[in-house]
Amino acid sequence: MKKYHLLGLFSNFDEAFTAISDIRHYKIPGVSVDDVTLISPIEHPEIEEILGDRGSHVPKFTLTGALFGCTAGFLFLASAQANFFVQPQGGKPVVPVPTNLVLSYEMLILFGVLSTLVGFLIGAQLLRKRKPLYSENVAIDQVGIEMEVEEKYIEPIKELFRQHQVLEIRDEVVK
Amino acid sequence: MQTKDINEDIKWAQINKDVLRSMENPRIGYWIAIAVSLFLLSFAIGAEIYQYNVGMGPANLNWPHMWDLYIATFIFWIGMSHSGTLLSAILHIIQADWRKPIYRFAEAMTTFSLMTAGLFPIIHIGRLWNMYWVLPYFSDRGIWPNFRSPLVWDAFAITTYLTSSALFLFIGMIPDLAICRDNARGWRKQLYTLLSLGWRGDDRQWRNFRRTYMLMACFLIPLAVSVHSIVSSDFAMSIMPGWHVTTFPPYFVAGALYSGCAAIMTLFILLRYFFRFEAYMTMPIMVKTCKLTFAIAMVWTYLNLIEFSSIWYGHDEVAKELLLAKFTGPYSPYFWAMLFFGSVLPFTLAFEKIRNNIPALFVISLLLNVGMWLERWMIVTPTLSLSYHPFAFDVMWPSWVQWFIVLGSFGWFGLLFLVFVKIVPSVSMYEVKEMIFHRRHLANKDIASVMHRRESDRQSGTDAPAPGLEGA
Repeated sequence: MKKYHLLGLFSNFDEAFTAISDIRHYKIPGVSVDDVTLISPIEHPEIEEILGDRGSHVPKFTLTGALFGCTAGFLFLASAQANFFVQPQGGKPVVPVPTNLVLSYEMLILFGVLSTLVGFLIGAQLLRKRKPLYSENVAIDQVGIEMEVEEKYIEPIKELFRQHQVLEIRDEVVK
Repeated sequence: MQTKDINEDIKWAQINKDVLRSMENPRIGYWIAIAVSLFLLSFAIGAEIYQYNVGMGPANLNWPHMWDLYIATFIFWIGMSHSGTLLSAILHIIQADWRKPIYRFAEAMTTFSLMTAGLFPIIHIGRLWNMYWVLPYFSDRGIWPNFRSPLVWDAFAITTYLTSSALFLFIGMIPDLAICRDNARGWRKQLYTLLSLGWRGDDRQWRNFRRTYMLMACFLIPLAVSVHSIVSSDFAMSIMPGWHVTTFPPYFVAGALYSGCAAIMTLFILLRYFFRFEAYMTMPIMVKTCKLTFAIAMVWTYLNLIEFSSIWYGHDEVAKELLLAKFTGPYSPYFWAMLFFGSVLPFTLAFEKIRNNIPALFVISLLLNVGMWLERWMIVTPTLSLSYHPFAFDVMWPSWVQWFIVLGSFGWFGLLFLVFVKIVPSVSMYEVKEMIFHRRHLANKDIASVMHRRESDRQSGTDAPAPGLEGA
């Protein structure tokens, strides 16, 4: 069966919110909120009330990067100081621990930030080709509900959207 | 008189229109500012070319004054960079939403201040072609980077800070760059398409965006503190009188936040005028910035008093002599000017009439930064003029070469900043919309009960279900 991308544009968040609530309450059997994507000009954390906590893996990237930066920074400096950076120390330790702690702290932050960025790019699915149903109005003041559904659900969903004063509905066959 | 931070009735489409328009037709003042910046920059380029050809002699940098305006101005610009951290990261974490219309240019200030500061160690070493020596470099060629030296720490810390603050600025701009992409033509369209990374504003992107922004803010605050603490260690870890002071790290951080806040006031006023941002950069927000500046000025004043008293009661005769020389010696006019601009002048911000007077605030903010620049000069130079050994006593005044390069740094910073605000929205459109949305909805208690609440909050059982959403 053919699958469709469907985009409904609403004038405000409250209308979109109630439309997704109806989907959540199985008003259209066979369609669940897992198929729903909300597109909006601002973040609406409250949408997780009905979409569920979809989570984010960014903090895991951050933690991994920070731990890597801290340990690898210290080990790299220590091994470098003990090998190709070895210097006349005048009786002081070859590997200066307090100094390396300061520098490891900086490496912790640097790698933490860099891996957070990587986590963001992966988690937010950026740097990919945009889906064809994007509307420039969602960057202004409209709120969009995007779904990928089978052909038989298209009309019931459109009807549901109309009940909630949808401004515009667009659809396109999934290629 | 406007009492709200922002007019909540403003249409979202109007926000896009106003901000995008600012990137097309600024007032004539903008172009004058560009011309002034170029003029100042040309002074610095001329002076640097002269210094490059002739050597460091014309700069008057000679023993015992090996450090002077270049290092003082380096610290000044590093300090200025703390504005973005304060206004953006700290106020973001404590959810002070009045920052939203003005944080973007503060973050840009951070990045461009660091780019300006980074030039000074290179100019200061004289032999520009050896600038890479400051980075850890293999010892095969007899170069021995001393990891115990805060100067090497500086290289690590500033590189990390520049990278992190530039990424923080960039990530915060992505949703706005997508708006620019949707409205631009020609080369701008290509640029914004590239920079917006395919942003479309879906809930997955927003969710990851917020987590990322918050995590980066959490990193940036300790990083900013560590950067200026490390810069203060350039002095405090020496044994020079006037520099070997325990309170230097917090003193430097407070001074940095202070000069950053004063610079935010200056640029707030300029951008408000250049781009007709009266509806976004409102007087209530300016008043809050003034109060913040005043509070930090008092912290800075307190730390000054702590420094003076700890030297006075510390029984270190040389340090005491230096402190007295600062009050009465050849540099005393500048020292007193620093105290006046830094500690007395901020009291004008306690008056409501002045807090609402734009021309007065513009002059005050400039003078506050003059005071903060003098502070850095008064840290560096008097110590070198009156150190331990009488044969090293020497009063030195900077030459025209140093002054030109210092003035030119303001032109360089101004040029970077002005070009940036012409290409990138200097008011965050999506954050202003969020501010308006939440303020409007928080007035409605029923809807307010579900705002800003995530699924995890509900699971923790701290909130009652919202009316009509019990089954959700």
